[in-house]
Amino acid sequence: MQSRLLAAALVCACAWPDAALPQTGANAFNPEVSLILQGAYKHRKSIDERHIGGFVTADHHHDGDDHGDDKRGFVLDHSELVLGANIDPYFRGQATIAVLDGEVELEEAWFQSTSLGHGVGLKAGRFLSGIGYANEQHQHQWDFYEQPLMYKALFGEHGYTHDGVQLKWVAPLATFLEFGVELGRGQNFPGTDRNTNGANSRALFAHVGDDIGASHSWRAGLSWLHTRAEARENHFESDTYGEVHGAFTGRSRAWLADFVYKWSPDGNPAQRNFKFQAEYFQRRESGDLAAEDENETPLGENPYRTRQSGFYLAGVYQFTPNWRAGLRYDRLNSGSQRLGDNPADIEIEHDHPHRLTAMVDYNWSEFSRLRLQFARDRAMPGITDNQITLQYVMSLGSHGAHKF
Amino acid sequence: MMKRILAVLFCLCALPASAAVKVLATVPEWGALAREIGGERVEVMEATSARQDPHRIEARPSLIARARAADLLIATGAELEIGWLPVLLRESGNARIQPGQAGFLEAAAEVTLRDKPTTLDRSMGDVHAAGDPHFQLDPRNIPPVARALTERLVRIDPAGAETYRANLARFRTRWQEALARWEAKAAPLKGLPFLQVHRSFGYLAAWLGMEGRGELEPKPGVEPGSAHLARIVAEQQASPAALILCAAYQDETAARYVAQRARIALVTLPFTVGGTPEAKDLFGLFDDTLERLLKAARDATP
Repeated sequence: MQSRLLAAALVCACAWPDAALPQTGANAFNPEVSLILQGAYKHRKSIDERHIGGFVTADHHHDGDDHGDDKRGFVLDHSELVLGANIDPYFRGQATIAVLDGEVELEEAWFQSTSLGHGVGLKAGRFLSGIGYANEQHQHQWDFYEQPLMYKALFGEHGYTHDGVQLKWVAPLATFLEFGVELGRGQNFPGTDRNTNGANSRALFAHVGDDIGASHSWRAGLSWLHTRAEARENHFESDTYGEVHGAFTGRSRAWLADFVYKWSPDGNPAQRNFKFQAEYFQRRESGDLAAEDENETPLGENPYRTRQSGFYLAGVYQFTPNWRAGLRYDRLNSGSQRLGDNPADIEIEHDHPHRLTAMVDYNWSEFSRLRLQFARDRAMPGITDNQITLQYVMSLGSHGAHKF
Repeated sequence: MMKRILAVLFCLCALPASAAVKVLATVPEWGALAREIGGERVEVMEATSARQDPHRIEARPSLIARARAADLLIATGAELEIGWLPVLLRESGNARIQPGQAGFLEAAAEVTLRDKPTTLDRSMGDVHAAGDPHFQLDPRNIPPVARALTERLVRIDPAGAETYRANLARFRTRWQEALARWEAKAAPLKGLPFLQVHRSFGYLAAWLGMEGRGELEPKPGVEPGSAHLARIVAEQQASPAALILCAAYQDETAARYVAQRARIALVTLPFTVGGTPEAKDLFGLFDDTLERLLKAARDATP
């Protein structure tokens, strides 16, 4: 029985290219399957608790978790497996699975409507939120090895993902104008999984964009994200008690402004093209911080209010069909962090974390890329980390088209 | 009162129907064809220009806005637009132009494609599983697409059925006359050996009986290196090609390099409508293509 099944599977597999011929791409009955291989050689300082000066970040969640950021030398980044297909005439589905050693992470798993019409798009499941510009991009699409510092401060290692629904509407105008609203579980930083009814994360965004002549195009956006956190744990340094555990309960609101501009001669990017992108954010968190020392002795509750911001500017120029060079500047402002009477004597770090990154990459084809990057990282006060990264990104299979 | 509201609503709903049928063509040749068949009843938008590589453009915001508005999308298909059209369709939120709907027309489905690969492997470069999608340069492929386009326009806008069918009949008569003229004129091109930058002119060569001597690209979509070009130049010593063909949107650097060293004429062809100032419509596209080929062939063999 089993061997017969195997034989049938083999016949199917061999027949596949022929069977796929009459359809085109996204129409094919077989799902589009692609696998992204990513890895790097990383040269950087050994830093005990790598963080962003003056910011509470998602990384502190994973206690002792050896996340990619701290690894040095030869590093394999997670491999991304993407499966997507039209489900029927009404829906399309896609899943992105990130795999690394013992870790399997379901990055995205959603379905979206294709037949609602009137400019309406509905997406449900787990998805990268439509807020900002870089948020929806997976690691293999990034123009630099790391994502911008502001994304790391806002959401952690990847962009903001939540389980929920997204409704988008494209206005019937000659100029591109799109509005989106999302409601979700809000389980990821800066929120926490709260196991409640209703939506723990709410997002709104608007995008506008157009061409200027044949050679220039742009898109600008404004987004807002509201999430709630319950006992969100972080470590803090205390002058009196040493290391202090803090649990934040309250709300986190961020708004983002994004802009991207692309140029290519006569709108033909094959030979030369240029891309400029910039984003700015401001985040306010307000609530209470329950602190306890290392022996879990409560140190009282503080009102906790922060107001922080940051931005990045990045330019990438493709000067031949194979070569691209890019420069990015990141800067954050730890802003105001108020802790009331601060009975736990938590040390408040004030900093302007910043980083300058330069990269050059070679692309044999649109499916293979090797990148050399140099970064002068000043994300922590008093430490300058000169980082060198040699990275590869390889994509196998029918890799779908990317957004603008 | 209710009646008046209904009347207003009816007017609002009726407005788009009375306006022109909005056609979005992924490439200029189908835009030009839509103008021939649709005439005054259609408003044609084009996603790419003749200066752009249709394999390589991005789903720009302006294109999403155009796709949102379209009643009919006409694409080449055969994976030519695979790098951007799926995103455009998804982001547009336009149910009318999704594959399987009356508003989605894939031109490649109407013709027989050449050079269908027997095996599919990315080591062979950017191969199109369904076959070579640059079939617009065989003028015999235009009438079947025109017929399919007419049927779709009739389905979408039945009120214009007569106009569309009359335009199709007129177009086909003119096309048959032009075809006879082109074929007579192109007789000296038969058997002419040529090189091409990308495999863009397979259909044109098959129609005219020209002899393809290969591409400057080592593999489809892969930029040629200098060693590869030097080898091509060396090959020309023994059996020289008469022409190197380059499409208006393609970079001429490699073609110019080979042309100068091997002393072969470089001919830049419009490739699609708008590729040269003379290629104003589909007739102009073939008139000018032949004009340029014949002139270069005359100069090459004095």
